[in-house]
Amino acid sequence: MEVPILKQGLYLIASIQAALSDVDLLHLRDGLAEKVGKFRARGVIVDVTVLDVMDSFASRTLRDLAHMTRLRGAETVIVGIQPEVAFAMVQLGLTLEGVDTALDLEEGLAFLDKKTKRHTSRG
Amino acid sequence: MGDQKVRRNEDRITGVSPVREMPPPDDESTVSLLRELVNHLRKNRTQLREEWARRITEAKLLGAMTSEEMFAEATSVYDNYVEVLETGAVEALQAYARDLSERIIPRGVETDEVVGIVLLLRDVLARSLFAKYQTDFQLLNRILDAYEPAANRIANTVAVGFVQERERIIRQQQEAIRELSTPVLQVRERLLILPIIGVIDSQRARQLTEQLLRGIRTNRAKVVVIDITGVAAMDATVANHLVQTVEASRLLGATVIVTGLSPEIAQTLVTIGVDLGKMNTVGDLQGGIEEAERLLGYKVTPFNEVSQQPI
Repeated sequence: MEVPILKQGLYLIASIQAALSDVDLLHLRDGLAEKVGKFRARGVIVDVTVLDVMDSFASRTLRDLAHMTRLRGAETVIVGIQPEVAFAMVQLGLTLEGVDTALDLEEGLAFLDKKTKRHTSRG
Repeated sequence: MGDQKVRRNEDRITGVSPVREMPPPDDESTVSLLRELVNHLRKNRTQLREEWARRITEAKLLGAMTSEEMFAEATSVYDNYVEVLETGAVEALQAYARDLSERIIPRGVETDEVVGIVLLLRDVLARSLFAKYQTDFQLLNRILDAYEPAANRIANTVAVGFVQERERIIRQQQEAIRELSTPVLQVRERLLILPIIGVIDSQRARQLTEQLLRGIRTNRAKVVVIDITGVAAMDATVANHLVQTVEASRLLGATVIVTGLSPEIAQTLVTIGVDLGKMNTVGDLQGGIEEAERLLGYKVTPFNEVSQQPI
């Protein structure tokens, strides 16, 4: 199932609607990496609220996604990881190193606002 | 977590001891012997009871009770005892033993005292049987054959009842401690405190994590201060669990500050090779809260300093 990618100001929001296959995840990664350039986005939010399981492939793909978008000039934040999922991931050693996370969409937007503002003021 | 509660209740029910039925008296002669025995005990009730009470006092058992209380209890135990010998049904005695335990455990009566008094009663009664039948050894033998298994069963029932009552109390207290000991408190908007006191085993650690992650979700917390000043030591498993909790909280978008690490725990963390870059630690709870407020953008100013500033 394709994940809809919405443009919201300077940010792209990918809101996952149902469990994703490995192929869907790769599509999501590639689609976002491409659209970041196309829309000149400064931030990406991936909302995983509906996922009740996160395997090693999914978390590795999300990590790659975050690193790819960063290289193309946009910060990625993963939002909406459920408490049970979070603890299961940590026990499996999938800690999404170097990837920013936030509680939900609202927090994610606030986080990106802060982070991108800091970038511009520094630059 | 819901089914844990259910299991707890079941424990309480099954904890009340599977009743082992007394085997029915083998044959007519045993029945008649026991009847004779019971008649003897009924007839000499006053005298035997006093003898027993005297022996209890001599052995300095039940020191926590006054002599009147002891005599009253001794009377009930005696009557129950005789009844069990007569009917062979231990249920009533079990219920009584449970009830007795409930009353005397809070007063500090020990297991050995309870077992001791029941064994004393057994001895007192056996002696009186010796005294009565000393002329006829064969009859005495047969009487004792009937008496001993029943008496041992009774001693067993009372002791088991007492121990089970103790265990029930211990379980109840553990439950209470577990429920009391893991509060997740909100001190400011988006700032939670989790003070941990006492020993953490892996079960409690898991419960703490669950409660914390849920608390982060429901309070929309950004910063959590876990204070472990009250934890003297933790083993490597629990320390690892703590680190995992910190990481899981980060996945929910919350920063964790751990405060009050004792030297022993610090050593454990270093020994298991925790990546200290991931762990945000501050010396004490005050420092932790100050750091959390800084992260949240709060600045605490004394009231008089504020009022002196020109508006």
